Amino acid sequence: MENKELKRGFLSAQVDISKFNAGNFEKATDEEKRQQDVMGESTTFFKDGMRRLRKNPLAMGSIVILAVIILIILIAPHFVPYSYDQIITVGGVRDKGCTNLGFMEYSDKELQYMEETGEKLFPHIFGTDGLGRDYFIRVIYGTRVSLAVGIVAAVMVVIIGIIYGSIAGYFGGKVDLIMMRIVDIIYSLPEMLIIILLSVVLKETLTEKLVGTVFSKLGANMISMFIVFGLLYWVSMARLIRGQILTIKNNEYVLAAKCIGTSNRKILTKHILPNCLSVIIITTALQIPSAIFTESYLSFLGLGVSIPLASLGSLANDARAGMQSYPARLVIPAVIICLIVLSLNLLGDGLRDAFDTKLD
Amino acid sequence: MAKYIAKRILLAIVSIWIITMITFIAMNAIPGGPFNKEKATSEAVIATLEARYNLDKPLGEQYVLYMKNVLHGDWGISLHSGRPIWNDMISKFSVSAKLGGRAAILAIIVGIILGSIAALTRNKLPDRLIIFFTTLGTAMPSFVLATLLLLVFCLKLGWFQVYSASNPNYTLPVIALSVYPMAYITRLTKTSMLDALNQDYIRTARAKGVSKIKVIFVHALRNALIPVITYVGPMVAYILTGSMVVENIFTIGGLGSTFVTSITNQDYSTIMAVTIFLAILMVIANLITDIIYKLVDPRIKLD
Repeated sequence: MENKELKRGFLSAQVDISKFNAGNFEKATDEEKRQQDVMGESTTFFKDGMRRLRKNPLAMGSIVILAVIILIILIAPHFVPYSYDQIITVGGVRDKGCTNLGFMEYSDKELQYMEETGEKLFPHIFGTDGLGRDYFIRVIYGTRVSLAVGIVAAVMVVIIGIIYGSIAGYFGGKVDLIMMRIVDIIYSLPEMLIIILLSVVLKETLTEKLVGTVFSKLGANMISMFIVFGLLYWVSMARLIRGQILTIKNNEYVLAAKCIGTSNRKILTKHILPNCLSVIIITTALQIPSAIFTESYLSFLGLGVSIPLASLGSLANDARAGMQSYPARLVIPAVIICLIVLSLNLLGDGLRDAFDTKLD
Repeated sequence: MAKYIAKRILLAIVSIWIITMITFIAMNAIPGGPFNKEKATSEAVIATLEARYNLDKPLGEQYVLYMKNVLHGDWGISLHSGRPIWNDMISKFSVSAKLGGRAAILAIIVGIILGSIAALTRNKLPDRLIIFFTTLGTAMPSFVLATLLLLVFCLKLGWFQVYSASNPNYTLPVIALSVYPMAYITRLTKTSMLDALNQDYIRTARAKGVSKIKVIFVHALRNALIPVITYVGPMVAYILTGSMVVENIFTIGGLGSTFVTSITNQDYSTIMAVTIFLAILMVIANLITDIIYKLVDPRIKLD
């Protein structure tokens, strides 16, 4: 065949190779290569979300408030020399005048003691309660208990919800149908009534069995509350996870993973669940205040933590009896509950805006 | 549609059955019987009493008997007062229903109005104020709110009289009970209203020359209210459980405060009856909500 020079058409957009020589095809120098580098740092899903979260003043304010509260409840018991169940004693004798003190006040005996010995007694920051216990430290422990209840309950709900929801969503079909019918039934039960009912029963049956164990301090009521959370509250979480998984499992990368023989367990934990992470984080943040609410509500009904341990709910409830004379004792725990719940709600909303990009 | 309703009713019946089972088993799990007094009663007397109240029969049979009696309107006798529970429960419930009904109506009306205002003035001052107060409202437990209202408006300022049976003043209890659902409905209405206002049919209506007021109230609000319907069921549940706290604080002799006193008095037969009664109310409220939701919005898939 004759090696004929191809003639370029008049309107052709073809590149005319004849105009180039070898110099045009030299390798790029290091400097030229550097110019091609992407200047922006690569970002991950988490980093991206955090960047958006940092721009949200309400969410950041909530984080600061929560951090301050957590810091105080962790540190305060180390330098306040009183304990939550200790009736104030002066020089080893019970101080009967040390009840119902106001903010930063000392009782007569304490003043006398300080004058005599020259030793400085630790002030009662929030005063003392009707039994002569330091109220500040009681509030600190109450906040600890309330927060702990909220976090433990939320973690429990999340774990059960994830396991149940992901199994139902991933396997689908008959498994899904049966599991979701169970969820439907549990969902339609009035959980508050059942919590109250089980608390009443478990209080009677568990109290004796718990004596001497770690749980006895926490009280049967708290245990029963956790049991009920574990039994009932996970259903909305399970529904949410299932819905997420139903959409995610139809993605190509899941199919690809299946094709190369990845086990079901690995597909779920490595490919599907990380993609539900945003929903899980948001729901957890919003689950904590709901648990704190439930606990304070039960404390109000007298089904909360067992005395002398206190929670914010039980402190507020105890203060109702003397609310006309000592309104501060009601207001302090009430304000702290509101602050915690408000911060967590705002943080949850902020997290949703930052991580759930599908929303808008 | 008929299939969905039948399915839904079946689910409701199953839930009620499960609740009665749980309640019955739970109450029987409590150690000690009703005739275990400190005073030693002879074995023969206890046996006779137990036979009289069918307590000697196996648990399954007791349950069937109890349910049979409940369905005939016999809810047992209060261990505390010795009176039949049903009559007490109904008269107390009428008080609670007055309180709860007012709270529900207030929450729905004010919630929808505030939600619409917030949606229409998006990101302006009224919207920000409304969202601020609703966020605050959802962060406050009902007992804290009720106590603070009582403390400030009854005791310190004296604007309202304390509730008494002869001089019932529902204002403060109704407010205390309705703040949370009101805040929730406001947020719900705002989101769905914003959603509705962005729809094509709104633009079409405006383009046709329909007035702005008419578009908002006739075209947008009607569609925006559909998600609000779903909240009615949970709201009934919230008000019924919330009334336990609020009635107790304002010393209103309703079903809620009866429930709380029966817990403190360990009056198990009353606890059982009230639990079942309230649970049935909540399940029915949810059932009606679901059915209305499907009737109102035909777009929802019937599964």
